[in-house]
Amino acid sequence: MTALPHGTSPAAAATAAAAAAPASTDDDDALLTLDDVVKHFPIRRGVVIKSEVGQVRAVDGVSLTVRRGETLGLVGETGCGKSTLARCMTRLYPLTSGRITFDGRDISRLSPRAMRPYRRQMQMIFQDPYGSLNPHRRIGSIIGDPFAIHGVADGPERKRKVQELMELVGLNPEHFNRFPSDFSGGQRQRIGVARALALRPKLIVCDEPVSALDVSIQAQIINLLQTLQSELGLTYVFIAHDLSVVEHVSDRVAVMYLGKIVEIAERAALYGTPRHPYTAALLSAASVADPDRAAVRQRIVLHGDVPSPIDPPSGCRFHPRCPKAQEICSRVQPDLVPVLADLPTHVTACHFPMADGEKLGTAPVEPADDRPPGTGVW
Amino acid sequence: MCGVFILFLVLVAVFADPLSHLIGWGPTQQDRATGTTADGLPVGPGRIHLLGADQLGRDVLVRLIYGARVSLVVGVSAAVAAVLIGVIIGLCAGFLGPAVDSVLARLMDVVLAFPFLLFAIALVTVVGPSEPLEIAVIAFFSWAAVGRIVRGQTLAIREREYVEAARSLGAGNLRIMVVDVLPNLIAPVLVYVTLLIPISIVFEATLSFLGVGIIPPTPSWGNMLDDAQQGGLYQVAWWFLTFPAAALVLTTLAFNLLGDSVRDALDPRTERLFAK
Repeated sequence: MTALPHGTSPAAAATAAAAAAPASTDDDDALLTLDDVVKHFPIRRGVVIKSEVGQVRAVDGVSLTVRRGETLGLVGETGCGKSTLARCMTRLYPLTSGRITFDGRDISRLSPRAMRPYRRQMQMIFQDPYGSLNPHRRIGSIIGDPFAIHGVADGPERKRKVQELMELVGLNPEHFNRFPSDFSGGQRQRIGVARALALRPKLIVCDEPVSALDVSIQAQIINLLQTLQSELGLTYVFIAHDLSVVEHVSDRVAVMYLGKIVEIAERAALYGTPRHPYTAALLSAASVADPDRAAVRQRIVLHGDVPSPIDPPSGCRFHPRCPKAQEICSRVQPDLVPVLADLPTHVTACHFPMADGEKLGTAPVEPADDRPPGTGVW
Repeated sequence: MCGVFILFLVLVAVFADPLSHLIGWGPTQQDRATGTTADGLPVGPGRIHLLGADQLGRDVLVRLIYGARVSLVVGVSAAVAAVLIGVIIGLCAGFLGPAVDSVLARLMDVVLAFPFLLFAIALVTVVGPSEPLEIAVIAFFSWAAVGRIVRGQTLAIREREYVEAARSLGAGNLRIMVVDVLPNLIAPVLVYVTLLIPISIVFEATLSFLGVGIIPPTPSWGNMLDDAQQGGLYQVAWWFLTFPAAALVLTTLAFNLLGDSVRDALDPRTERLFAK
């Protein structure tokens, strides 16, 4: 089913989805559902007695659905909570609140022991191909780890399976006795992919899997991930800050800003007609390979810095930097709702979503009534 | 060089019995006929006693050889015991989260705050001196330093991405500690063992010197030094102060140098330098 509009009751959303699409696209289509997931990190200060002085609201109420077989892209600036969200999805971090449903079962409160069978079905690929492999262990044993941990295969059978995996991801199976330091960054990332694939998971959360690689190697790894997806029927959550990479791999894209999802849409819709001003600004900042598009595009330069997630702005978190901000934006937090009634898959959290073809003004918007002139950040 | 000296020391300690037969004196055997001069002073180095005799006419060389055995046994076993305890407690403190950490880290602070000699003397007075007790005392006062080092390393390693990767694969705490954290600790721990051995040997000598370690007449370098300084005998018989002291200094130096070369060999940074 479609992404749950934030704040809408599941029943109402189901009705809306049923009305918009045939009944087949419903709950069993969802592999992973996040419902108002919150992750706050406490900040403790004090010499003798530590007291909590605040919280980093890294993820602050995220609801989304990952459908079977799709690739959901997740983009946002550095520090917006993407990686934290990834670690919440895979339950590497305990949730502050919210609910995660994987394959129809609530996994948000499971103990590490009870979580183990689900770990087989969801895996992660990490950003840093150097940090994610233990430098003191041979790669055969690293890739064989999942088998050892879950007691799946032993001895020669494990070795055979490890070598099959190495072949699958394009590594020479003869190299299973080498150490991670003997491999290049791209090869190491292949090792990480092989390890993630070992138990044939349903879902792989890729946390910036190519950000640390050279561009030519990025393409190889992305092609590998796409081939594996079609061969093995994998579902990906693909996190990146590189918009063009996400555009290339994703079926749907979610945009994150300061711990919240601001927009989710099918790839073409999101890149073609962004509804949230932040999405538009983000897209305008991305480099465009096509010179014709590059020539006509309008660059939206946001003023100010990303506010601190310790003390996020009231109302819409983007309002201090938004060229379209009005008085209501600082008061009321917008819900993630469809922009157009006939396109329920494209949801955005904005009081004043952008119309088709609308250009974000470069001239300052009329300051809202309660703000003295000149204090607007635009 | 230091390795050769340590190997020599080990061989001497292992073959102490045949060596003493070869030399012709037992470790506690008194040479009443030729061990002392007419006026009761010990004889100096010469043909009968190669490194001289002590005030009771015992052969200094043979006692030195048996002393090496005591020093090595006590030094190595105390160091190994201290490292085992230190690694286990440090690993648990660093890995198992703030609650376990605060208990174990405080425990280490408490142990490090104990006055070593006072405690050792008091304990031996109560229990009575023996070699196992000496090992236990030295180990008890050495593990906390190892524990702190291991805890610090573990705290750093547990934040690495590969530990997170192991968690995401479903590995439990014990597995991650043994498979992912421990191999990264081998280098610093090995270095620390080699540096802890000479410290333990000096500890042993100190305890024996104070009379709360190895019980006479069993020779150890510490109680030989004690014998030598009693009544200011070393002023006329320099040999039975000088030789045990030299043995102690050389052994300590050799183990320290060995520790340095072990560190150089195992440090991944120097390893990388050599690779390039």
